[in-house]
Parts: sequence; structure tokens; C-alpha cells
Amino acid sequence: MTDTLVAPPGPARRTSRSGGPFRLTPTSGVGLGVALVWFSILVLLPLAAVVGAAADGGFDRFWNTLTDAQTFAALRLTVVEALLVTAVNAVIGTIVAWVLVRDQFPGKRILDVVIDIPFALPTIVAGLVLLSLWGPESPMGINIVNTRQGIFLALLFVTLPFVVRTVQPVLIELDADVEEAAASLGASRVTTFRRIILPSLVPAIAAGSSLGFARAISEFGSLVLISGNTPYETEVASLKILKFLEGDNQAGAAAVAVLLLVVAIVTIVILDVISRRVARRG
Amino acid sequence: MSIEVRGVGKRYGDFIALDDINVSLPTGQLTALLGPSGGGKSTLLRIIAGLESTDGGSVEIEGVDATKLPPQKRNVGFVFQHYAVFKHMTVAKNVAFGLEIRKRPKAEVKTKVAELLELVHLSQFAHRLPSQLSGGQRQRLALARALAVEPSVLLLDEPFGALDAKVRKELRDWLRRLHDEVHVTTVFVTHDQEEALEVADEIVVINEGRIEQIGSPDQLYDEPANDFVMGFLGAVTQLGPLRLRPHDIEVAVSPGVPGSSPGVVLRALRVGFEVRLTVEIEGQAEPVLVVLSRTHARALDLELGSQVWLSPATGATTVPAFGVPRPEAVVS
Repeated sequence: MTDTLVAPPGPARRTSRSGGPFRLTPTSGVGLGVALVWFSILVLLPLAAVVGAAADGGFDRFWNTLTDAQTFAALRLTVVEALLVTAVNAVIGTIVAWVLVRDQFPGKRILDVVIDIPFALPTIVAGLVLLSLWGPESPMGINIVNTRQGIFLALLFVTLPFVVRTVQPVLIELDADVEEAAASLGASRVTTFRRIILPSLVPAIAAGSSLGFARAISEFGSLVLISGNTPYETEVASLKILKFLEGDNQAGAAAVAVLLLVVAIVTIVILDVISRRVARRG
Repeated sequence: MSIEVRGVGKRYGDFIALDDINVSLPTGQLTALLGPSGGGKSTLLRIIAGLESTDGGSVEIEGVDATKLPPQKRNVGFVFQHYAVFKHMTVAKNVAFGLEIRKRPKAEVKTKVAELLELVHLSQFAHRLPSQLSGGQRQRLALARALAVEPSVLLLDEPFGALDAKVRKELRDWLRRLHDEVHVTTVFVTHDQEEALEVADEIVVINEGRIEQIGSPDQLYDEPANDFVMGFLGAVTQLGPLRLRPHDIEVAVSPGVPGSSPGVVLRALRVGFEVRLTVEIEGQAEPVLVVLSRTHARALDLELGSQVWLSPATGATTVPAFGVPRPEAVVS
């Protein structure tokens, strides 16, 4: 019987071929160089500049800005709303992806295209769309402008496609015979979903949720029209930054920006860890 | 009878996948469903497993009418061509899956899993992920997983189809030995006649949605019910009014045997120990294929253009050639 193992994938083979753990061929050296320069100019330098700007006023000023009751309220509102929206998206997005992949119904192709509209629209237009339906002139008589529900709705609208679009391809790739195998082993549909399908989807759900969350804490365009921007009530972080800038308070704006950056990184890391755990546990 | 299939049929639109299938498979046997691709054998297996519904008729497993039962309730083990392992679970977890669903005590699951991994020679890989196993190992894992729930029947759908020739042969021998050890009623689908002849106790030949013949490997090979079965189980050629196997033809270099057909060697191809001759005989459009051993060919001193006389070997399996105009000049 051939019990020889398939060679462990990835790193081990790589290093043995190139001779040492960090030796690069000329082409990969150039590639790495281009990637790093590009990444630095576009991402690392601006980020460093923002952190620098925040540090300009000294730590005390940084701390005072963030602990200022109004700023803190805006930050808390932003993060809490973004988390709620992410949680809803993780569930609804997965269901929508499931329906689009597994079910056959008339209009499926159209729905598949419509999903992307919130993503493709300029967000200010998204705000306008929501305003015309749920604003003061609402044909339904429901006015959500200047309420937290309005912010929630606007964020849901602009982040809808993320989870759907990350889960969909993974779901398409899932082998039907794996589910049949689970069924013939006695697993009910629910058990099969929970123990076989979901673990395969979790990394995609987490990736989509991260994207959606990042989009939600940074959303600006659609909220300008909807949120009303009342301090302590419906003022979100991105609009707070605008207010700081208009008041010529660069350091304050940078401080809020840095905090948003930290929140985004922490959330993305947490979601990544969760997805790895779940995917491994089964 | 462990599996009773009565009047089972299946249509996909206009295409008839299975047409009024009746077959009973006795307990403890290793049965092969043999036939060409698209002949309906996999559909039959999937209907027995409950993964496909039947348009009519009934399926009985161990005396229980299973026609309307979902796959979960049939207590069958199913092994797929492409393994269908749970990629995110370790080897041990894969095998334990069916037992955990049945809420067996932890200790029992552990013992059983260890036992099965021993049986399929995967004990040292218990904590690996399936992606770290070779194809043959994955298929053995799939087998252990199916056996874990102690199924009343084990169904294998082209189990070795995705493996390379060498591993395939090893696994085939191993499946036979495993079956002799475990004795679970086993049905496997294959399009490889050698696999079926070598492993199975009984072979069901299925073609175009119908059963052509049921019998032991020897019966099928020696007494094929028709031209199709004969042709599917091995190479066939035509010599005069008969269809027979190329290695069942005697070659002589002089007209010694009465009734032998004179001919000329058109082509000689040597493959390893055997020599394949293409011989043109009088009064027959299609040339005759003859297989003989290298030693034999050398002893006869055959080469291109040699004059030979062909006759069926004594005890050769033959079927009359239908649909082909009978040559007149066979008997000289």
C-alpha cells in the first residue's frame, strides 16, 4: 500500500528550491520591490501622515479630543451601528447568497445584478434614494431623517453586497457530493448545514463582514443627507471629522481618523481569528 | 436477499436512464454493476442509496421497503468517486462524523474510529487534514467513514475511477480482502471490466438503462448472453460465422486442421509478452484479430505476409455473429 505522504504544501518546498528562507530570484525581487513601493506610496505614507498629524498636538490633545463627550458619542455611535449592521449582513448576506446559488426562480439573473447597485451607486446618490423614499416627503409617511434608524438603514443599504459577493463564489464551488455523503451518514439538513457547509463559508462570511464593517465605519456620502448630524444623537465619526476640518482643527480630525483606523484593524483581525477557529473546528 | 430492486425506472426528460430494472443482491456478496458510461449503473446505485428518486417500482433493503425513505434513514454507506471527504475535519473527525450524529458515547466513538483507521491503514494520519493525503488514502478514509455507521449495505460509485492505474490496482485487491474480512453486502459501480472480473462475486451488466446479464465472472466470460456482454468483457473478433476472443484462435502455418480459414498476416504488433496479429482471410471484409504469446509467435516464425490458417481453439467461447453477412468460403 502506498502510504507516502503528499509533500507538505507551500513554504517547505519553496525554501528548498530557492536555497534559503529569504533568498529571492531577480524577478521576484523586482516584483516585491514594485509591490512595496506601490503599497508605501498609496497606503503606508498617508497612514503615517495621519498618525503624525494626530501626534502633532501632543498626546494630551489627542486624548482630550477622543474623550471629549461629543466626539466620544460620535465614535461610539459609529462603531455600534457598524457592528449591528455587520451582524445583520453576515446573516442576511449569507441567506441572499444561498438563494442566488441554490434556488431557481424567475428573475434570479436580475436580482443577481441588482445586488451590486448599492455598491455601484455614488453613496450620495444612495442617500438621495433613501431620502426620497423615507424622507420628509416619504410616500409611506415614514420619516427617518435625523434618526439612528436612518443611519442604520443607510449603512445596511451601502454594505449589502459585501457578504453576498464573498459568499456566493464559495457556495458555487461547494461539492454536492459532500452534502450527499453527510446525508447518507445520517445527518439532517440542519446538521449538514451547521457542520459541513457553514465551516466552509465562515472565512468568506468573515471576509465580507470585514469589508462591510470597514465601509460602515467610514461611510460618509449617504449619511450626509440622512443622519441630520445632531451632536450626541446622530452625529457619526466621518461627519465629525468633517466638522473638525471645517473648524480648522486638523489634529482633532486626525485623532478621530487614527482611532477609526485602530478600530478597523482590530475588527479585521478579530474576524480573521474567529474564521480560522471556526473553519478548523468543524 | 439484502437488496431487492423491483421495476425501478428513471427518466430525465426524454432520456431513459433506467428501464424496468429487476435485480436482487444476496447478503454478504460483493456485486459489481458493470457497463459503459451513461448506461445507468450510477443512477441505479444512487436510487438504492436514496440520493435519487425512482419513477416507479420499489427498493427493499434488508427486508425493509426503502422506496420512500430519505438517505438518512436507509443505513447505507456510500463512497463517491471523488472521495467527498469533509475537508475542514481531520481524518479521525471525518470517520467519527456518522457516530457523533448518532450521539454515541465519546469513548465508544474513539475506540471505533481507532479500529477503523487501523482497518484502512490510516492510523498514523488520524490528525492530518484530508488535503495532506494522497488520492488513494482519501478514498480509504471515505471507506472508513462509510463503514463507521455499520451500514447494512455498502455502495461504491466508481470508487477507484479518479486514481492512477497502480494505486487503483492496489486498492482493488485491498477492497477484496477488506470485504472478505468485514462481509458487508457491497455493491460497486465500475466501467472497467477487469476490475469487475477480478473483484466481484457477481456482476450485473447494465447498458442503455437495461440489465444485459447477471452472473458470476466466469459465467459472464464463458457464457455471455449476447454480443454486447461478450464485447464488453474483453476484445472480440470475427472468424467466419463466429465471434470469439482473439486469444481463442489457433494459428497454424499449414492447412492441417479441417475447417481452418486461410489468410495472410497484414500487421503484427508486439506489446510486451503478446503479439497481436491482423489477418486478412478470404471471403471476409473485416480482418481477424489474433493474439498469441511472443514465444508462440516466434516458434511459428511469423512475419508480415506469412500465409496462416486460423481455427477456433478447442473450448473457445463463441457467439454467432448476427447482422453480418455470412461468408461462404469458410469451409474449404
